[in-house]
Amino acid sequence: MVDLAERPTRLAAPVTAAPANPGWPGRLLGYAGRLAHRSVAVLALAAVWELAPRAGLVDRVFLPPLSEVLVTWFELLRNGQLAEHVAASLTRSVAGLALAVVLAIPLGLLIGWYRPLADLLSPLLEVFRNTAALALLPVFVLILGLGETSKIALVLYACSWPILLNTIAGVKGVDPLLVRSARSMGLNHLRLFQKVILPAAVPTIFTGVRLAGAYSILVLVAAEMVGAKAGLGYLINYAQYNFAITDMYSGIITISAIGLLVNQLLVAGERRFSTWRVDVTA
Amino acid sequence: MSGDKVRFDRVSKTFETRTGRRTTAVTALDRLTLGVRPGEFLVVVGPSGCGKSTLLDLVGGLSKPTAGQVLVDGRPVTGPGLDRGIVFQQYALLPWRTAAGNVAFGLEAKGVPAADRADLVARHLDLVGLGAFAGHYPHQLSGGMKQRVAIARSLAYDPDILLMDEPFAALDAQTRDSLQDELVRIWERTGKTVIFITHAIDEAVYLGQRVAVMTSRPGRIKEVIDVELGDRDAAEDVRSSDAFRHHRHQIWTLLRDEVRAAQAAERPTLRRQEAPVG
Repeated sequence: MVDLAERPTRLAAPVTAAPANPGWPGRLLGYAGRLAHRSVAVLALAAVWELAPRAGLVDRVFLPPLSEVLVTWFELLRNGQLAEHVAASLTRSVAGLALAVVLAIPLGLLIGWYRPLADLLSPLLEVFRNTAALALLPVFVLILGLGETSKIALVLYACSWPILLNTIAGVKGVDPLLVRSARSMGLNHLRLFQKVILPAAVPTIFTGVRLAGAYSILVLVAAEMVGAKAGLGYLINYAQYNFAITDMYSGIITISAIGLLVNQLLVAGERRFSTWRVDVTA
Repeated sequence: MSGDKVRFDRVSKTFETRTGRRTTAVTALDRLTLGVRPGEFLVVVGPSGCGKSTLLDLVGGLSKPTAGQVLVDGRPVTGPGLDRGIVFQQYALLPWRTAAGNVAFGLEAKGVPAADRADLVARHLDLVGLGAFAGHYPHQLSGGMKQRVAIARSLAYDPDILLMDEPFAALDAQTRDSLQDELVRIWERTGKTVIFITHAIDEAVYLGQRVAVMTSRPGRIKEVIDVELGDRDAAEDVRSSDAFRHHRHQIWTLLRDEVRAAQAAERPTLRRQEAPVG
């Protein structure tokens, strides 16, 4: 029913937009205001991080002021170390995520569409789904060794679940009326799948990919703490070991920035794929 | 009766429903017999739960009768086909396709070459008065517009028979009235055989050349009424004419007992559900 209420404004938009225009300085001001409002909390955190160690509220050995961390961060950036770690980490994340997309989406489509396969595999899936990826890290290392394989495998494992489960849900959640309507036009199974099931499931699948993107960064740090020679997880762990506290915080800041960036990218992608979903979710 | 476009020949349909561990068989249709003439606008009206939609599913080939047979052009229905088009109450438009894309959908199913599609799509969107909305997505359209798109989609692949399952039930009164007028106009222009399901008596009288009144469950045809409203274009307001009132009362009387029977059948289950609350 929301779409009904929305319609007049949408249809009328090109006509009425002009007179209500506040002009670009006003719009810029509004945008700046919103930006300020939204960054207050982050700036407050930065201020606390800077001031608390200086005021002696926390031990500045363990939590150096933000400015000192940033100095180290720029140093790491300048001497190329940061780029090296970031490259190593992103390679693993992207490789694991890409493999998960390639494997989990087709498998999820099959499970969601083909009932007997779902009945066969779902107990197994339940068992593995509830086994934390990090709990399996030692197993991966034992079987696949200390090299890249075990790290990428761990990312692949962690990323597969959200993609797989969302794909299954996406296929199963297709409006049965759409299927009935398509069937009434005599579409066979393959065409029904291609023209109705798959496009209907795309937004849900992409939500799974977005979640997987977050996981790919989250589990990476843990994976790189064992037997790595580069990577942000390695940097954080190694720096802590050597008491290079500002290096450690530099690693943490970088990884959280990358996580944010990846998420923003995937959110934008998700929005692109699901513009038509407005009336379903509203 | 061999000239019938669609013929229900002693058609029965039972469903297995499971409540807890018990499975009970519900008879939706019981040896129903009905003939639909070529090019006719037939309205089926009946109390809720009488199996009206089941009737439509059987013609559409979406389900099979338990006994008896449904014949289209003298041949038993074996499955869905593009000689029959269904218009659903909830539109069933693909939300990721524009109005034009949705109309094209049936043409793709039929295997119409891409080059011919655009012209057919434009023509049918014009037919339902939505030529200017070809690029709009379903969520940008009102309920009435969505149903027009759905009708255009069904007409575009040119089925002989149009099956309409309470298509206007979800629309507001004004939209419903104007779509009814438009449907009559389209039917007169295209000469399709239309089977139209509704529970609204006014709609049945207004649209139908004949109105088949169904009994409450198990559904059968109680009576088929010929509607004679005179010249539609001559009368200013057909709905308030004497003939219209006469037919409305006639159908209302036929339905009254069936509605009561249907309510009586539903009541015991209602009471059982309410008991724990009260």
